[in-house]
Amino acid sequence: MKKVYPNKEVCIGCHLCEVACLTAHSKSRDVVIAYKQEKDALGLSPCKTVVHAGPACVALSCRHCEEPACVAACISGALTKNRETGRTEYDEGKCVGCWSCLMACPFGSIRRHPIKEKIVKCDLCAGRDIPACVEACPNWALVYEERGEK
Amino acid sequence: MAFTPIGKKYHDFQVVRDKDACINCQVCVRQCSYGVHTFDENRKCVVHDNSKCIGCHRCEALCPTDALLIQEKASDFKANACWRPEFIKYIYKQAETGGVLLTGMGSPVNIPVYWDRLLLDASQVTNPSIDPLREPMELTTFIGAKPDALAFEQTPDGPKLATKIGPQLRLKSPIMFSAMSFGSINFNLHIAMARAATELGIFYNTGEGGLHPSLYKYGANTIVQVASGRFGVHRDYLNAGGGIEIKVGQGAKPGIGGHLPGEKINAKVSETRMVPLGSDAISPAPHHDIYSIEDLLQLIFALKEASQYRVPVGVKIAAVHNVAAIASGIVRAGADYVAIDGMRGGTGAAPGMIRDNVGIPIELALAAVDQRLRDEGIRGQASVIAAGGIRCSADVVKAIALGADAVYIGTAALLAVGCTLCARCYTGKCPWGIATNDPSLAKRQNPDKAAKQMANLIRAWSHEIEEMLGGMGLNSIESLRGNRDKLRAVGLSQTELDILGVRHAGA
Repeated sequence: MKKVYPNKEVCIGCHLCEVACLTAHSKSRDVVIAYKQEKDALGLSPCKTVVHAGPACVALSCRHCEEPACVAACISGALTKNRETGRTEYDEGKCVGCWSCLMACPFGSIRRHPIKEKIVKCDLCAGRDIPACVEACPNWALVYEERGEK
Repeated sequence: MAFTPIGKKYHDFQVVRDKDACINCQVCVRQCSYGVHTFDENRKCVVHDNSKCIGCHRCEALCPTDALLIQEKASDFKANACWRPEFIKYIYKQAETGGVLLTGMGSPVNIPVYWDRLLLDASQVTNPSIDPLREPMELTTFIGAKPDALAFEQTPDGPKLATKIGPQLRLKSPIMFSAMSFGSINFNLHIAMARAATELGIFYNTGEGGLHPSLYKYGANTIVQVASGRFGVHRDYLNAGGGIEIKVGQGAKPGIGGHLPGEKINAKVSETRMVPLGSDAISPAPHHDIYSIEDLLQLIFALKEASQYRVPVGVKIAAVHNVAAIASGIVRAGADYVAIDGMRGGTGAAPGMIRDNVGIPIELALAAVDQRLRDEGIRGQASVIAAGGIRCSADVVKAIALGADAVYIGTAALLAVGCTLCARCYTGKCPWGIATNDPSLAKRQNPDKAAKQMANLIRAWSHEIEEMLGGMGLNSIESLRGNRDKLRAVGLSQTELDILGVRHAGA
């Protein structure tokens, strides 16, 4: 399956992927409204996290693992592995906010919802051809491609 | 601002932030290497300090909401045709620092750009124009000494060329990437230039900073430079490229040497230049073994010996007052090409006074050199490469019509990867990741993306050159070379017309 792969050699730490992610997952799909209204009112937050260590930085998000530890840990059936698409899917309605998945994820790619007892996780931008983060990256540090992994 | 010294208050730029559009995402804060934008914890919003802005436009380019506008600061000194604001600001700065004013890139001063006064011809009725999309069009160019005549011998297999032709650089398009050293620009861009040149079938020039062994694989498209500091010059280096260039002068700073500050000498630069880590790399103003044409001849042949006469050896000089006579001497000394760098050529660092006041425009220098070599009957002994201020494909066509075999582009190649000519290359803090070896900035140039942008530029120009050639009824760049009848000038004096060897439009 196609996945988003970060390249830390050329990640410039601008965080535009986070801006794009947040906007793509907003109700308004408008970057200014998303940031100025929805972020605080609805707790909108990006599924992407850029982490820095000195000059090195990289944008992390769900890797849609073949055998996801988060799915195994999920107590409510909110996280499931879709064997057809290869995606690790999240059903917010079923999530009870126990944070087991946060503890289980080896990549720290799941975050708590800032307001609700829910999580925030990459869905590879359902409905978009290319995930918003990849499209927004100004330095080709995020690529969306098939690498022969399942 | 309350504690800013008065001298710093007359800064050049101001940041205009659209508060309605700003989402405080801090992309600008992270991108600015000059600390203009900061997040103010008290106000809980992004603020800026105009006095630090150098006008590189990086924040404006990356702002996701188009909330930023960088503009010249509107405050004007009292109008004065003599004491223009730049001179007033120079004095304030020097009164404060006591130092030489440094700058980067090519001269912005308002001296005539002769390219803009030259117009190209096109075919109408009496000679057919050519459509390059339907008919063959040849841009291949050979750089090197050409024989005066060709001799053939009869063999049982038919006639065979008897004349031995010296080593040549074969270019698929008459454009090369100019010398920009590893150190002045970072390794990512060297990878990008090497890859782009290889893909395009042209050459890039290492500049005086040596060549990292990991780039030897692109050697067939590399010109290795030998400059006055001799940085990184050794046997393998001289044999790694497809051509060798002795750098005597640079258009942006004729007559002076170079100084790569120790801050830019990281481990890789140190290894490639063969200088200690963190030490300043100083290129002397002259080559200490060249004080005459005879000395230059010795170096040219020393390098030819060192490379077993396999590759052409050229000489690069800055365009100065006696450039034609100097070029003649260089050709007679055995150079296979002469590269002439005009006064608008770029640099990573030069004193502003030198950059803006020394040298002559490439158009005049090129025409003078081509004419002098022709008059002396030695034009075929060497190719001529024009550099310094080539801005578009029409400039390339005009340069070739004035007598160049090919052109070097440096500034244009950097513009292709984002440079905005802010001219602060010498600080090592280039926010576009070009003139910097700071790892957090250098990675702003993704070699994959940069190589593609550079290759795209040359491809686009090559298409345009083909169109212009076709319009003139020519199907080969060779037919344009030195063909000044394809040029006409507008608004030039008789002296200028005589030097350019071009007739006035309408004549």
